Amino acid sequence: MVRVDGQGNGKSLIQVRGLEKTYRRGGEDIRVLQRLNLDVDKGDFVAFMGPSGSGKTTLLNLLGGLDVPSAGSITVDGDEITHMSGSKLTQWRARHVGFIFQMYNLIPVLTAFQNVELPLLLTKLSGAQRRKHVETALSVVGLANRMDHYPRQLSGGQEQRVTIARAIVSDPTFLLCDEPTGDLDRKSADEIMALIEELVGKYGKTVLMVTHDPVVAARAHTTLHLEKGVLVEASKIEPGVAAGGVR
Amino acid sequence: MKFRRLIFANLFRKKIRLILTIGSFAIALVLFTFLAVVNSAFNRGIDIAGADRLIIVNRIGLIQTMPISYGDKVRAIPGVKYVTQDHWFGGVYQDEKNFFPQFAIDPENHRKVYPEFIIPDEQWNNFVKDQQGAIAGATTAKRFGWKVGDRIPIKNALYGATKTWEFNLDGIYHTEKADGDQSQFWFQWKNFDENVPAAVKSTAGWYILKLDSPDDAVRVAKTIDAMFANSSYETKTETESAFAAGFAKQFGNIEFLIITIGSVVFFTLLLVTGNTMAISVRERTAELAVLKAIGLTDRTVLFLVLIEAMMIAFIGGVLGLLLAWASIPVISVALTGLLPPLLLSKTMLSLGLVFAIFVGMVSGLLPGIGAMRMRVVNALRRV
Repeated sequence: MVRVDGQGNGKSLIQVRGLEKTYRRGGEDIRVLQRLNLDVDKGDFVAFMGPSGSGKTTLLNLLGGLDVPSAGSITVDGDEITHMSGSKLTQWRARHVGFIFQMYNLIPVLTAFQNVELPLLLTKLSGAQRRKHVETALSVVGLANRMDHYPRQLSGGQEQRVTIARAIVSDPTFLLCDEPTGDLDRKSADEIMALIEELVGKYGKTVLMVTHDPVVAARAHTTLHLEKGVLVEASKIEPGVAAGGVR
Repeated sequence: MKFRRLIFANLFRKKIRLILTIGSFAIALVLFTFLAVVNSAFNRGIDIAGADRLIIVNRIGLIQTMPISYGDKVRAIPGVKYVTQDHWFGGVYQDEKNFFPQFAIDPENHRKVYPEFIIPDEQWNNFVKDQQGAIAGATTAKRFGWKVGDRIPIKNALYGATKTWEFNLDGIYHTEKADGDQSQFWFQWKNFDENVPAAVKSTAGWYILKLDSPDDAVRVAKTIDAMFANSSYETKTETESAFAAGFAKQFGNIEFLIITIGSVVFFTLLLVTGNTMAISVRERTAELAVLKAIGLTDRTVLFLVLIEAMMIAFIGGVLGLLLAWASIPVISVALTGLLPPLLLSKTMLSLGLVFAIFVGMVSGLLPGIGAMRMRVVNALRRV
């Protein structure tokens, strides 16, 4: 269950309390996130929506340990990440977070197999164990027969599948998706969303996703809107703000 | 090394740029090695000089002579073991381009003072008995295709009217060390003394002393110079290495020239490789950000950039050294007579490679630190 009121039972997988992020631009402080609360349970699939500049990606970066908040705390699976040092946070990311980006961001000179293997190079797994994990991940995304292809030899949808395989190969605690279908046509976007749904439904993954697309957001269990730096459940926002089928 | 595939893949990502960078590295290293070899050639005399040998020259200059009687006087000084004298000949073999140093030597003591020159006893004994005899260094003999028993005509215009001196090649000497001077040509001082004008007779160009102990060098040198002070032929006595250094300086400040050119090469190389690495890292900002996002530490990212720069340097360095190794003997032959023999030693090759890798590391440092400090969030925002 997803809550934004800060009244969670303390057992949620992800607990965000009083999160603030302020940027300083041109001598002016811009508060992107304001005392934001969030509780996400294991196996939840949450979509974040909101206008450009509302802080969706900032929130995702903070949840993924890529950025540090100005105030507040983020606790994931019992680990409070907001006070971790840079190197500890890097290790934490490697173990707990799978990233899926809009632009795929695959290494063009590596094959699909080698791209997916990258996160495992940071583990103590042997070559044979790594191979097994990579093959499994690529099978899950339906690209077992394309593992020796380079990104340029794949379609956009296939590239995004490789990105998803890379994100899940190390079996992270949760997945963060930043506009995962933003660069895809509708058919490919549907396929990718079906795959993410499968990861949630079949494999019990927890997924937090930022999207502009209401159709994509509609496939999440919960859709939250970022407004003026705070999260609002889609059902509670005024008509016209979240047009088109959000729950 | 789990990241080797990533490193190699990145290395060969832009093949033309890689080839050009490696090429510039290789050419620069050839130039750098050539300069080092030239410097070494000029300093070789200093490096191989005996610590227990002194050289006496006329205080006015090397081309001024001294009386032959100085030899006996010097020999009487305590601490002096052997004394021998040389005289510059300055002849021409067939063509002026065929330069090699020729000396009139004293067969009685020369071998005692210079034990590092190796000559078979039989050849040496033939030379001692033959007043028209000569000994040539192995390099010079090889250069002109001389064999023991050959008659060697050398034209000379320094001592009276131009005349061709005929010598019998009685022996060929080698040196203990491969980089020793094997270019000299020696003939008997007696032959020289009997055939030069009266003004040159009974003179020595310079004396070489072998001491009982190198510790005596300062005392003996001071004694000799004091002994001949205020005479018509004042002397300047110094260690063989100081003499060799002074001789090398006659060609100008070679070392300064070489260091200056070398520094320019070094910094140009740094800029070229640094620029290549900077562009390469910049092009991969998003990829590096992703690598950091999935858990690569800042240090690992720095390590990846440095390794890549060092590999470019290593490949360029090996290529450059191979080119130098192949071309320096050819250049040395082409410059015979103008420069001392150019020898590329294993030490120089090793130092060249270390230098190349060092340049690679330094050039990768700035882009590497940039990649290390890069914030993932900022980098991804730029994509």
